[in-house]
Amino acid sequence: MRNRVRHLYVHLPFCATRCGYCDFVTLVGRREGHAAYVDGLLAELRLEHTCLADPLETVFLGGGTPTFTSPAELARLLSALPRAAEVTVEANPETVTPELAALLRLGGVTRVSLGAQSFRPELLAVLERQAGPDAVRAAFYHLRDAGFDNISLDLIYGIPGQRPADLGLDLAEAIALGPEHLSCYELEAKPGTRFTFAHGRELARQADAMEGYFELVVETVVGAGYRWYETANFCRPGRQARHNLGYWHGDDYLGLGIGAVSTVESVRWRNRPSLAGYLGAVAAGMRPPRDEELLEPEVARRERLMLGLRLDEPIPFARVEAAVDEGALGRMEQLGLAELRDGGLALTRRGRFLGGGVTAELMAESPAKSTI
Amino acid sequence: MSGLGSIRNFSIVAHIDHGKSTLADRILEVTQTLSQREMREQVLDSMELERERGITIKAQAVRVLWRGHQLNLIDTPGHVDFTYEVSRALQACEGALLVVDAAQGIEAQTLANAFLAIENSLEVVPVVNKIDLPQADPAAAAAEVAQLVGESADRILRISAKTGEGVEDVLDAVIERIPPPDGDPGAPARALVFDSSYDQYRGVVAFVRMVDGRFSTRQRLRAMAAGTRFEAEELGFFSPDRSPTPTLEAGEVGYVVTGLKDVSRLRVGDTLTGQDEPAREPLPGYKDVKPTVFAGLFPTDSDDYPDLRDALEKLKLNDASLFYEPETSQALGFGFRCGFLGLLHMEIVRERLEREFDLDLLVTAPNVAYRVVTKAGEELEVHNPAEMPREVELVEEPYIRASTIVPKDYVGSVMELNSERRGRFHHMEYPSEERVLLAYDLPLAEIVYDYYDQLKSRTRGYASFDYDVIGFEPGDLVRLDVLLAGDPVDALSLIVHRDGAYARGRALVDRLREEIPRQLFDVPVQAAIGSRIVARETIKARRKDVLAKCYGGDITRKRKLLERQKKGKKRMKRVGSVEVPQEAFLAVLNLDGDRK
Repeated sequence: MRNRVRHLYVHLPFCATRCGYCDFVTLVGRREGHAAYVDGLLAELRLEHTCLADPLETVFLGGGTPTFTSPAELARLLSALPRAAEVTVEANPETVTPELAALLRLGGVTRVSLGAQSFRPELLAVLERQAGPDAVRAAFYHLRDAGFDNISLDLIYGIPGQRPADLGLDLAEAIALGPEHLSCYELEAKPGTRFTFAHGRELARQADAMEGYFELVVETVVGAGYRWYETANFCRPGRQARHNLGYWHGDDYLGLGIGAVSTVESVRWRNRPSLAGYLGAVAAGMRPPRDEELLEPEVARRERLMLGLRLDEPIPFARVEAAVDEGALGRMEQLGLAELRDGGLALTRRGRFLGGGVTAELMAESPAKSTI
Repeated sequence: MSGLGSIRNFSIVAHIDHGKSTLADRILEVTQTLSQREMREQVLDSMELERERGITIKAQAVRVLWRGHQLNLIDTPGHVDFTYEVSRALQACEGALLVVDAAQGIEAQTLANAFLAIENSLEVVPVVNKIDLPQADPAAAAAEVAQLVGESADRILRISAKTGEGVEDVLDAVIERIPPPDGDPGAPARALVFDSSYDQYRGVVAFVRMVDGRFSTRQRLRAMAAGTRFEAEELGFFSPDRSPTPTLEAGEVGYVVTGLKDVSRLRVGDTLTGQDEPAREPLPGYKDVKPTVFAGLFPTDSDDYPDLRDALEKLKLNDASLFYEPETSQALGFGFRCGFLGLLHMEIVRERLEREFDLDLLVTAPNVAYRVVTKAGEELEVHNPAEMPREVELVEEPYIRASTIVPKDYVGSVMELNSERRGRFHHMEYPSEERVLLAYDLPLAEIVYDYYDQLKSRTRGYASFDYDVIGFEPGDLVRLDVLLAGDPVDALSLIVHRDGAYARGRALVDRLREEIPRQLFDVPVQAAIGSRIVARETIKARRKDVLAKCYGGDITRKRKLLERQKKGKKRMKRVGSVEVPQEAFLAVLNLDGDRK
């Protein structure tokens, strides 16, 4: 009997507009196509559902802007998805009305991740976000009013034009709302995008400031009583994002929808991003076109190490030992960047600020690929 | 005519760019050794690098026929670094054409080469070339040359190798003025190996000048000094490609295909004789040249070490003056400490290794050989700064006598440069009204460090330069070490004059701080003389190095990012606990080029 998959991801690609910095699989508008897409998701679910545990531990609706999906279709989808202990929906502030909040509650949603990004109007404009700061606060209160006791806010830093003081204010505003969870990301501007082209020089200036920003984020949020449980994520006690924790623990997950990624029993696949190709295949009862990658045990161990070291809790050392370069571990311990404690491997506080570099050090050389 | 009387062996010597190779080409054409259709520019310069740089690196020998005579032309390099190659080629000749540019007149290497030819008792036939140039002044050039070689001005040939004017007269003069070789055709065979090359299929090919007797194909031969025995698989001469011939006779110049696969078994300078009827005495060998400039050569990828070793072994066959021995550097791994005749020689060896053998190399800052007396009274010769004892009683460094010829307007600039470089004025001459010869004694180490570029830029390229090593003199020299996080970087140690140590140390430290990426911890960068720190900077530790977010869809991409970061580390050299990219070493080793 194989292990059942306990995490389900559902991709809802539709957005009102595309933000300049975004690199997710998104589709603008197309309200008339929402029903067909939800049909497609449910068809794909029927094809794959045998691998799922019952009940699931988590469901996550990500986007795109899941809350931009027409309310009737969103409700239909939520009612058709399998039950889970944690059901998260990503929401953009301008889409969150009292009605939508109620609809989500009714649909069994337990957690909302609200894409605030900033509380500075000029910075939100740079990001091409639709909502202003008031809309962010309003959305938050609508969700609270509807009874949500588990809300996460996303913030972005390193925005062109941002100053350290701006980030301080954003953090203060976010903390003042009292969310259970905070995700703080640095802005990742992809080369070749319109956004990078428009803001190149300022982005370079921001890159130089990122060290200070990151330190400010951790100090401020931890100072406000949150736990820094993952590189970019903070929570009130017991309020980790369980779905994401699944990724970081190396659990299997099933992803539905265009561009969605799944990892089940050492196979990772990504559905191709073409909407037409997706709908055509699932309507015909076939799996959508996708790219597959076989995860060798050695690769899986490296991923386990890479993901596990993002967390504040040690990784059981026995599970990753084979992926760790012993000499490097000694050096990192000596530098006070990594430590073995409670039978597990973890980064120290300073090590976590340098997590990428320390992890690259710790990773053992991959064995030479044998010719096939 | 036949026999020794019909043979002439000669070289062409000249300052660089005075038209030596063009004259050689024209001689091949005039004697119909090659039809015009077959002519390429500079046929004798067969190496790609030679064509590109327009200089001749390896001596080549070619046989042409002219008015019933066999003329063997041995081409020689013109640059100061290759004086040794010139001397080997000259030893196989009875005469030399001394070519001087009609517009430039005598230059530093004209003098050096003329003296070399005279020392070798060669008949010098002076030729003023490029008389077709609008700015040519053949009469003035001829007067200068006449004075130099002690001939009357009307004996100086005036030609244009480019148009062919006067080239036939040159060939006639070779026959008339240069004596035929004086060997004994009846004596046991003796041939001088004046050069060699390695053929992938046929092994070592020796270039020889038959002095006495004769060799026949399939004859069993012996190298008298090395004791190596082999069979002459093929004999022949160059015209200019290999032309096999059944015998090589006394006085002739040609080649012997030895079939030897081991390049170390036949040395240039050795004498070949027959095994059955051997000569009793070998020919006087060439003087043993000592390399003057040393540098460490390391493969950028340590897996290429065996390839580098093989490549050096092959180059060595073609280049008897190249010296190398294994060297291990903490910072750069396994490589070789190589000795060169000069900086150009070093540059050429490096380029040949990179081009012909497809190697990626890191070359340490060049240095000279030092004579050291330790506190314990022990005497050492040090070729590598990392081997210089930190406590010494006495250090001596090689000095040269440098001759620089410049238009008189630049005399001040050259004097200034030479005094900056610890030079001592020796004397001054006036080869012509417009030009001055400045003789200075300088430490060779000062020439090795960016001297040519400085000379060139301060005289707008008008200076010509030549030198002889004149001996060793004590100097106030110190070993300057570079330390990263307290660990010395052996590959960056230098020996410098105490007065220049602070400036060099500061420049090294500043450059390293710019080039070494920030690490996971603070890295002090120091320059030290013994235990005394003369310059210090700190590379501050990184404060942040994280992949911002990492969810389901990103995992593969993020893993690959980390693996790439890991791979990037592998290309770095680890010094103690610090990772140093190749580029940082290169930047520091190239510091010379940046000095203003």
